[in-house]
Amino acid sequence: MTLAFDLLLALTLLWSAWRTLASPDLSRAVVMFIVFGLLMTLAWARLGAADIALAEAAIGAGLTGALLLDALGALKSGAPSKEAP
Amino acid sequence: MSAFARFATVLLAALFATTLVAAMFNLGAPTVDLPGAVAAQLTHSGVAHPVAAVLLNFRGYDTLLEVAVLLLALLGILGVSHDDGVTTPTPPGEPVLQALARMAVPFMILTAGYLLWVGAHRPGGAFQAGVVLAAAVVLLNLARVLPAWTRPGLLLRLGWVSGFLIFLAVAAALISQGHLLQYPPAWAGALILLIEVGLTISIGLIMSGLFLLLTERQTSP
Repeated sequence: MTLAFDLLLALTLLWSAWRTLASPDLSRAVVMFIVFGLLMTLAWARLGAADIALAEAAIGAGLTGALLLDALGALKSGAPSKEAP
Repeated sequence: MSAFARFATVLLAALFATTLVAAMFNLGAPTVDLPGAVAAQLTHSGVAHPVAAVLLNFRGYDTLLEVAVLLLALLGILGVSHDDGVTTPTPPGEPVLQALARMAVPFMILTAGYLLWVGAHRPGGAFQAGVVLAAAVVLLNLARVLPAWTRPGLLLRLGWVSGFLIFLAVAAALISQGHLLQYPPAWAGALILLIEVGLTISIGLIMSGLFLLLTERQTSP
């Protein structure tokens, strides 16, 4: 049972990492990156490293995801006003 | 890319991956029993959690430099995010989102305090607590309760550097003992708590600065 869970987790990690890199749709790639971060949190927790799991959930999935989404919003709304005269 | 180049790349990558896996399985037994060494010295470290003891006592130098690197990253962002004087009024945020943010943030601050305090004897610590604080600030900004930091004031700048300065001050005060960041065992717990409080505030403000200094000054409809 535990082995099945670990194998599933490892496969899902690889799959989400691949989708993050290969997805042509940027917003989907960002969402897959956040999913990857959350799965990575689970993996760290399974490895018994609760400290790293906490940091990964907060920094990897949370803050980096928010930053990437914000960057995506800035990209989509066109060039920022600094370029405009 | 031609089909041959692609095939060669995949083949080389697979070969490299196989070598890595093989090397991992051939790792020799560690010559130094680090977990044992940490456990033996844990009672003198001032904290009861091995990770906290390594991060803030045995390898405090690394943590000091980590905070310095974070501060440098923030300085770099400060360098590129100049105030162009354009302050377009942002549209008011969604009332439901604002109410939710106002309700969630006190609990996030409470969680950060818990993580900071519990870091001495359980998983947790200054970095995790600081990032939760930063997430609270980012949430307030996204809900348009808190505007972006266009002109960081003195208090904010002090908050950014406080963690590093406190850490550096402790290191400087203890340097007369001959070793960098070697706390006297009687004072270790209090010193580590002092450093961690400063680090939490600093890391929270620096991490939210990465967001609030770069976020759009004006919002698109």
